[in-house]
Amino acid sequence: MRELRYREAIREAMIEEMERDPSVFLMGEEVGHYQGAYKVSEGLLSRFGEQRVVDTPIAEAGFAGIGIGAAMTGLRPIIEFMTWNFSFVAFDQIISSAAKVAQMSGGRVPCPIVFRGPNGAAKQVASQHSHSVDPFYTNIPGVWIAMPATPRDAKGLLKAAIRENNPVLFLEGETLYNVKGEVPDEGVDEVIPFGKARIAREGDGCTIVAWGRPHYIAMEAAEILAKDHGLQCEIVDPRTLRPLDVESMVQSVKKTNRCVVVHEHWPYGGPGAEIVDQIQKNAFDWLDAPIERVAALDVPMPYASNLETLVLPTVERVVEAVKKVAYL
Amino acid sequence: MASGIDELRQQYRKMLEIRRFEEEAARAYAMGKIGGFLHLYIGQEAIAVGTASALIKGDYVFQTYRDHGIAIALGMTANAGMAELFGKDTGCSRGLGGSMHFFDPDNGFYGGWGIVGGHVALAAGAAFKSKYSNDGHVTVCFFGEGATNIGGFHEGLSLAGLWKLPIVFICENNQYAMGTPMSRTTPLEDLTLKAQGYGMHGDRFEGHDVAVVKDRVKMAVDRARRGEGPTFIEIQTYRFRGHSMSDPAKYRSRQELEERKKKDPCAVARQRLADAGVKEAELLAIEGEIDDLIAACVKHADEAPPATEAAMWDSVYVPTSAVPADRLPRGVVRVQDGGAEDGDA
Repeated sequence: MRELRYREAIREAMIEEMERDPSVFLMGEEVGHYQGAYKVSEGLLSRFGEQRVVDTPIAEAGFAGIGIGAAMTGLRPIIEFMTWNFSFVAFDQIISSAAKVAQMSGGRVPCPIVFRGPNGAAKQVASQHSHSVDPFYTNIPGVWIAMPATPRDAKGLLKAAIRENNPVLFLEGETLYNVKGEVPDEGVDEVIPFGKARIAREGDGCTIVAWGRPHYIAMEAAEILAKDHGLQCEIVDPRTLRPLDVESMVQSVKKTNRCVVVHEHWPYGGPGAEIVDQIQKNAFDWLDAPIERVAALDVPMPYASNLETLVLPTVERVVEAVKKVAYL
Repeated sequence: MASGIDELRQQYRKMLEIRRFEEEAARAYAMGKIGGFLHLYIGQEAIAVGTASALIKGDYVFQTYRDHGIAIALGMTANAGMAELFGKDTGCSRGLGGSMHFFDPDNGFYGGWGIVGGHVALAAGAAFKSKYSNDGHVTVCFFGEGATNIGGFHEGLSLAGLWKLPIVFICENNQYAMGTPMSRTTPLEDLTLKAQGYGMHGDRFEGHDVAVVKDRVKMAVDRARRGEGPTFIEIQTYRFRGHSMSDPAKYRSRQELEERKKKDPCAVARQRLADAGVKEAELLAIEGEIDDLIAACVKHADEAPPATEAAMWDSVYVPTSAVPADRLPRGVVRVQDGGAEDGDA
């Protein structure tokens, strides 16, 4: 094992897969000469050349569509959205084209494509640039959704995504790019399968389900709860939201009898609500308290720093939610 | 490929197959055997057949939801087409796509797309693949004049022009975007002006003569194959029926329709064959064969097994490498109450 930043882990996954398979290429705004808006693709242009690291004009619907058409005819594109906020102008391509072509062709035309980029709130970038897009896309059959929290998961899941024969939406954390974590040594080809949650922390006091950036908030809250209340939380990171590893969450809840779901998306529906539904249905008799959710507040993201902090899930809110379900 | 009169004979046969296919589809629709939307190609057959004649095996074609004509022109069997319309398992998309979503990748046909302008960039993507892998193939993308006002069209053309992709954009200008004449949607008469802004070649002509269509489209296809970039072609045409089966086309006059029918592409090709000395008896024989073919495809569609729940579930995702089999009851969320798993037909 060695330590890498989240950004470097994603870059490594792309490099290794591009070296392995000449049909893999990267396309997006500023991915080449500029070295990536978030420097994820730094160095890729000089390594692979302009054929395989393709700068585009600002035209998400256009280059998303180009990627899908290229995927339908045999290539394996990685399409970078500078941020997922800009994917909305390509929404139709993802929903009506990528997610549908296998079905509309009776299973005869696959679409092996990865859309990736940073997701969620950054710091004070206000309402149009702070979306957590997972609830918009998880509703769609025909795509997979990965949302890695750690560098290791980012690398292993991205390698799986690039090799996958169906469209994958890969939601990176905009504030996670500098996070460091252990990643297998160079030359170790770790491919992490979709639909398998990671138990990030074991415990018997309360299950916390959290993915993406809130994973770190949950981990911090768990330490506080252990120290202050002697309550050991079990933290389950589903890692992919489609497919969703319901089984691992249900097993955890059967052990802890309590559950809090922490997510950065808005509270109305989405994977947060889906997870609550799956757990109440599959572990009803094991629950000692109603499941709590810690979500972004139900408002467009305000610019002011104090308000932004108020809107996003915090360690304090997670601690309070766990105390509530544990009757502490 | 046959040339001259032999080629025209084949083209006439194909155009007639499309014409009769569409007429039978309309009849079946009226009988309730076909559901949903049905957009007929009657009146525009020379464009599909002429274009197909200009392509080689391995080229890619994308079309809108008015897609039966080009699918048949490229080689899809009438059986696979009619069965699809009837929602049957032997349909080209196993009954999952319907009229608007014909697919036949073996013959280069990549759909059958229902969102106006949405497939333009997809077609550019297929052309991108050809350039990327230097496979020598060309993509043709059809759309109507109504699509030239939507963003997807402009982004697709913009990138194709920028990267000089091997693609030919064919605007089948049938004069009406659903019920709205072009004069009320577009401040231009010559649509090739729009493509000029994207740095591509333009061409513009009437599309009732299949030989003309083939020659002009082939010029553009050859140019693309030589690596000299995309072409935008506006082909003037006319649909003899409404936009879809629910449209009686009251926005245009009977006189206008009758005038246009004088340029019926099937009649034009038939006359050309007769003028070239093909005997009436031979023409009648071709027409009889097509009648039999279409009658047989309706019979096939009637008798074919219905679309299956197995196909429905199995086509949401193609066989996957990322998701272990034990995590994939039917594709999605691990539903444990069995609700989604009772689907096997």
